[in-house]
Amino acid sequence: MNRINIVPRYLRKALAMLLTIALAMGVSMSALADGEVNVYNWEDYISEDALSLFEEETGIKVNYMRFTTNEDMLVQVRADPTNYDVIFPSDYIIERLISEELLEELDWGNIPNASNILGWLNSPSYDPDGRFSVPYMWGTVGILYNTKMVSAPIDSWTALWDEEYKNNVFMMDSIRDTIGVTLKMLGYSMNERSQEALDAAKDRLVEQKRAGIVKAYQVDETKDKMIAGEAAIGVVWSGDAAYAMGYNEDLAYVVPNEGSNVWVDGMCVPKGARNKANAEAFIDFMCRPDVALLNFEEIWYCTPNAGTIALLDEETLQDETIFPPQDVIDRCEFFQDISSDITRFNRIWLAVKSAR
Amino acid sequence: MKRSSFAAPYGLWMLVFTVVPVFIIVFYAFAASGGVTLDNFRLFLEPEFVGILTFSLWLAFLCTLLCLLFGYPCALFLASRDMKRATMLVVLFVIPMWMNFLLRTYAWMTLLEDTGLINRFLEWIGIGRRRLMYTENAVLFGLVYNFLPFMIFPIYSVLVRSDRNLEEAAQDLGANSWLVFLRVTLPLSLPGVVSGVSMVFMPAVTTFVIPRLLGGGSFMMFGDLIENQFLTTGDWNFGSALSLIMMALIFISLGILHRFNPDAESNGAVW
Amino acid sequence: MLARRLRMTYLIVILTFLYAPIIVLIVYSFNAAETRAIWGGWSLKWYAELFRNKSIMDALSVTITVAVLATIASLILGTLAAIGIHSMRGGMRQVFIQVTNLPMMMPDIVTGISLMVLFIFAKVPRGYGTMLLAHITFDAPYVIFSILPRLRRMNKHLYEAALDLGATPSVALWKVIMPEIMPGMVTGALLAFTMSLDDFVISYFTSVRTANLSVLIYSMTRRKVPPTVNALSAIMFIVVLTLLLIQNLREVRAEKSKPKGVRSV
Repeated sequence: MNRINIVPRYLRKALAMLLTIALAMGVSMSALADGEVNVYNWEDYISEDALSLFEEETGIKVNYMRFTTNEDMLVQVRADPTNYDVIFPSDYIIERLISEELLEELDWGNIPNASNILGWLNSPSYDPDGRFSVPYMWGTVGILYNTKMVSAPIDSWTALWDEEYKNNVFMMDSIRDTIGVTLKMLGYSMNERSQEALDAAKDRLVEQKRAGIVKAYQVDETKDKMIAGEAAIGVVWSGDAAYAMGYNEDLAYVVPNEGSNVWVDGMCVPKGARNKANAEAFIDFMCRPDVALLNFEEIWYCTPNAGTIALLDEETLQDETIFPPQDVIDRCEFFQDISSDITRFNRIWLAVKSAR
Repeated sequence: MKRSSFAAPYGLWMLVFTVVPVFIIVFYAFAASGGVTLDNFRLFLEPEFVGILTFSLWLAFLCTLLCLLFGYPCALFLASRDMKRATMLVVLFVIPMWMNFLLRTYAWMTLLEDTGLINRFLEWIGIGRRRLMYTENAVLFGLVYNFLPFMIFPIYSVLVRSDRNLEEAAQDLGANSWLVFLRVTLPLSLPGVVSGVSMVFMPAVTTFVIPRLLGGGSFMMFGDLIENQFLTTGDWNFGSALSLIMMALIFISLGILHRFNPDAESNGAVW
Repeated sequence: MLARRLRMTYLIVILTFLYAPIIVLIVYSFNAAETRAIWGGWSLKWYAELFRNKSIMDALSVTITVAVLATIASLILGTLAAIGIHSMRGGMRQVFIQVTNLPMMMPDIVTGISLMVLFIFAKVPRGYGTMLLAHITFDAPYVIFSILPRLRRMNKHLYEAALDLGATPSVALWKVIMPEIMPGMVTGALLAFTMSLDDFVISYFTSVRTANLSVLIYSMTRRKVPPTVNALSAIMFIVVLTLLLIQNLREVRAEKSKPKGVRSV
């Protein structure tokens, strides 16, 4: 916070001018629209066009905020749920939020387009009565790899521990995903919570880091770095994989044989949201087949919207990265809420991140 | 109306926005469900947390040392009398500091990455790619790059203001130039060195952005740990304890530096 | 000591180190291709796109308005406080000085987090307003510490003389004290303004809804930095460069027009 005292006197005039402009801008910015909706969504997880279309059609101003991982979002929502009107948590976080009574029940009368959602997602295990969430997108966790940089096609999580790919692996800077795939590699369920399994996972992750295999722990950066050929292998979500493969034809995506995580991100309204009606209007808008199509074509995750799927061509529907075939889904599992055991996960994750 | 009451609005302001927040942190650090606890501080004694702290201190120390090593000659040369157009040169050194530090760090990322300019150049001349980014050295490099000017300017401003007659007198009395430097210039510049060290060491120890961008999340520093506790883990109690430890660390180092400063008045005068 | 040429070479090496990344950004701002991997020829399209990019323009206006408003508020608050503190004695004065010192010595991250916790505690949604409050809080001490030395150096009898000559305290304040501390106010305001413009850490913690430029650029570096940001850096660089160069050319000229023999070193 230190600044050296070499400030040109010339700037003083500029300052006076800026002052006038700023006052004018400040006043115009405080002018509120008729209504607003505070949306808290993942990075890179919506089409900007869909947002402006919503503002245009409804006159409701969207205050759009972004998060990187479920855990980051959960902290913020817990701190002040009334700060947000629509949030996009994953399945196990929805389960957590419901158990902490942090979600509003949705008024389905305001969300007629929810009828477009595929039937198998109407009463999912994380929201058994289907009262609190509307599915937004779903997908898998897998390995994105550069076919020109690996010796053989990859089909197992063990590739992430292969010395051959030293300094060539991007891991995910997301606690459940990374510990989850390690557990899977070790033959456990992704929801395993025994200390023995967790210690084993920690040891493998530390070993992987110390061996110099991990290039970086990151989330949203991976797709563009994979496109640029910065690494051979990256752990990614399926939509990021589909996006990256669209820009670099050497890239391939696989959901490893050991199995992986399948997830659903929903749209929910936190308890005490200030603009609940606007929030429901927003959710309804996102469920409109043409709008869901806009989002789909921007982020390439699997849409749960039957109306949107009907609009897709055969080639897209055959894309196994976007729409995983049944045998892939069969070897995947949902994350479950681990409630208080998260402290143990956190400690393991810190130990991995700080290992040298 | 007494004039001292002019400070009342500010006093109230600082009470609400500085004193109360600090007390909330203190509260969280010691609060337990049933009263007062030291558990959060005890938790810090676990090896991984102590490891993070020593790593941060070590990196900040290296950064300060390198800044001093490279920055001191800069300040000395800029302040030397025969530097024609020195003001122009000084301005050139100031300009990078006016650029947003995130932009500059981002620029280094584009240079250092595997497919970045430096590696493409290395490949072109036949040396081949080197691992430049996401290493401890990359983090150190980023720290030095960002904080070097904060070492140069305090030293420079002290040197420029110092009494040149002393040096000339020493020379007239037959001291050679190295002796003049060791016996006159160096002691004169000490206050600048002290404020330079504090202006580099403090932000280096507390940063969380530079290690994250250039270290690829593999090199957790103390600032990262605090940020992580508040924004990802959501453990405010432990995070608060860590914040207090960091504050204590800073105050202690400022205290030590203050003792080394022969010219206490000038501390802070660089602002 | 060392030969002048050697010293110059050293300075130039360090300057190259300082400027290399900036030059790279500027060169790439003219790259017609979208990725850094390819050189697609010279183009100005990112400059045109920059002004059409809503999030960058919004963040820019947030950065500037917050800096200006925080500067004004901290200037008023700080000037009054400095006058008040100057007239205090003993313990009270110590308390004020220490509390003013606190945010300057506290690491940014702790300041940011403690304010974040305060706002969450008070259930204030974190956005433009909270960012502004935070900026005023860290700006005000700079104003105070720029003004206090001026007050100390002032002849304290001047004010009393004005009162003796029949001026009311407020007139005396306005006509006697204000002109004396003006340079300190200007320095303080400029410091506050630049601190505010450049702040990342405190804004990062105290605002979720509104991003200033630093926060926006940070979130961009975590996914993909659009080439428009290169154009933005180039413009920022040129503005800073021009301002500082013009200022210094003037000083050099003023120096030259001074009578010979008066060295101002």
